[in-house]
Amino acid sequence: MSPIQVIRFALAGLSANKVRSGLTMLGILIGVASVILLLAVGNGSSQSVQSAISSLGSTSVTILHTQGSASSSSTTASTAFAEPKDLTVQDAQALESVQGVASVSPVVSASETLSNGGSSDSSVSLTGTYSSYFAAEKDTFSQGAAFTTEQVSKAEAVVVLGSEAATNLFGTANPVGQSVLVAGSPFTVVGVLASKGSSGLGSADNTAIAPLTTVQDKLTGFGSLNNIVVQAKSSTVVSSVQSAVTSVLYQRHNETAADADFQIFNASSVLSTATSTARTLTVLLGAVAAISLLVGGIGVTNIMLVTVTERTREIGIRKAIGATPGVILAQFLTEATLLSVIGGILGVVIGVVGTRFQIAGVKPVLLSFSIPLALGFSVLIGVVFGGLPANRAASMRPADALRYE
Amino acid sequence: MPYPVIRLASVVKVYGTGQAAVQALRGVSLDVVSRDYVAIMGASGSGKSTMMNIIGCLDVPTEGKFLIDGIDTSSLDETQLAVVRNRKIGFVFQSFNLIPRMSGLKNVELPLSYAGVGSAERRSRAEAALRLVGVADRMNSQPKQLSGGQQQRVAVARALVTAPSLILADEPTGNLDTKTSHDVMGVFDQLNAAGRTIVLITHEHDVAEHAKRVVEVRDGRIVTDHRVAAPSDPPPLLNRTGVRP
Repeated sequence: MSPIQVIRFALAGLSANKVRSGLTMLGILIGVASVILLLAVGNGSSQSVQSAISSLGSTSVTILHTQGSASSSSTTASTAFAEPKDLTVQDAQALESVQGVASVSPVVSASETLSNGGSSDSSVSLTGTYSSYFAAEKDTFSQGAAFTTEQVSKAEAVVVLGSEAATNLFGTANPVGQSVLVAGSPFTVVGVLASKGSSGLGSADNTAIAPLTTVQDKLTGFGSLNNIVVQAKSSTVVSSVQSAVTSVLYQRHNETAADADFQIFNASSVLSTATSTARTLTVLLGAVAAISLLVGGIGVTNIMLVTVTERTREIGIRKAIGATPGVILAQFLTEATLLSVIGGILGVVIGVVGTRFQIAGVKPVLLSFSIPLALGFSVLIGVVFGGLPANRAASMRPADALRYE
Repeated sequence: MPYPVIRLASVVKVYGTGQAAVQALRGVSLDVVSRDYVAIMGASGSGKSTMMNIIGCLDVPTEGKFLIDGIDTSSLDETQLAVVRNRKIGFVFQSFNLIPRMSGLKNVELPLSYAGVGSAERRSRAEAALRLVGVADRMNSQPKQLSGGQQQRVAVARALVTAPSLILADEPTGNLDTKTSHDVMGVFDQLNAAGRTIVLITHEHDVAEHAKRVVEVRDGRIVTDHRVAAPSDPPPLLNRTGVRP
């Protein structure tokens, strides 16, 4: 018997009970569509996290001040002398002489309320730093420009606003040259940053950046810096700069890795952590989808078992007039495979269409391998899950099958 | 001396094992030669259905041998038995056993499909068989759209389309009224007159009267074997029904 003949028989078998065939296909359809869609969602969220992190700047190294890690490891004698030290402007100046460093920007940060003197005010994260900070953070300006090094040394009351903070305070008007009150002190706006988008932890645009000296003088006082942003000369020397900076700080603070009062990281290390987190998420979503595909496959087995039982007499007739066990096996395997393949193709269509929409704030990005993967699995499901019922049909004894009522 | 079409040699068939074992056939020997028209008669439980299963290669004997066209079926596996059924035997069942949702023509083509015959030849042979039994005009109808007599004629066409050595009919008129029974038996008479070997399984004397030889089975044994006409003679009731198929 020709394969075309086998497929024709199988199609006739499927069309005999259209509702049942349709519902079984729906199970596979949902499984395949969810594999494609959930993998795309996982991939999309990982890509958006990656692009957010890479916008932080791939050449910058951030030294973050931490407190009190020394007290937890008091077993060694040296820890007695290793009181947590402040991260100071002197530390920052010392780092400027490290090989490969382009700039060093000491940073203090605080959450402050901004007001335009009128009705609107908003709470922003205020950063006090040097003008080199903008380059290290890859900030670009939509209006105005950065404050100058001279303005930093004179501690002038100037401020650069993030795009969201500017919109909140001034709407569509140009804020440059306007005055804002930062915690009650008047500052002159000199620039507005271009939008950077969300970094996953709140908006990166709801910010205000002012000279370090001014912020310390008027708002935070002259305590420890919150962090120091070191910009390397190129991305290839980032890791050597990071280790050199680390050893300089250990020396200055008289510390070791065990009792350090700072953390140091660069964007690429954050990126790899975030990437592995996102990969875990994708695998998890894929596993959930695979389970639904498996459930769909069990549906195929179930319905094919019912079909074989219902058509016992037909199988008996076919055997009596000369169908070999192989032909019967082929017919029912083909039926099961057609069920899952047609369901699979429809699932691919719906899955691909689904990736055009934003899902839970994530723009899904289709993984090209997921289509052949899902389709391949749906064929496999047809063969594997159709195997048991088809085999049952093929091994029926013709005399018994003919007598079946 | 050519082979008989079928030969049963001391066939014993036992169903079940141990205490539950039932002897359906207790040593049956029977030869049917070419062109013969044999009725196997018996009440229910006599073992005639078991004989039909063995003659139809749907089942194999527990002991003894069954040969069809000289082929010993005891050494064949299920696939080879299927091929023998396809090439050597045409079945006609009491309940017609057409496959639903397939037109009469497709039903008649089915054994040829399993034999691997190409679609054009399949169609012409199936149409010829349907013309021979007189239902060519209804060949595109599905079984449920046909009357009982028409369905049984389609079934007869399906049985003879492969030009088998033997047409095996199990109570072919059991589900038909008297008039239709006569018509269908007329078809069998015509086929036998045209040279087909036919074995009828029946419990009705009216039906057995059409045969050239009547074999009676009781309790798993052949009790009488009555020859009415020689295998080369025309069937005894040919054209008595007055209906040409």
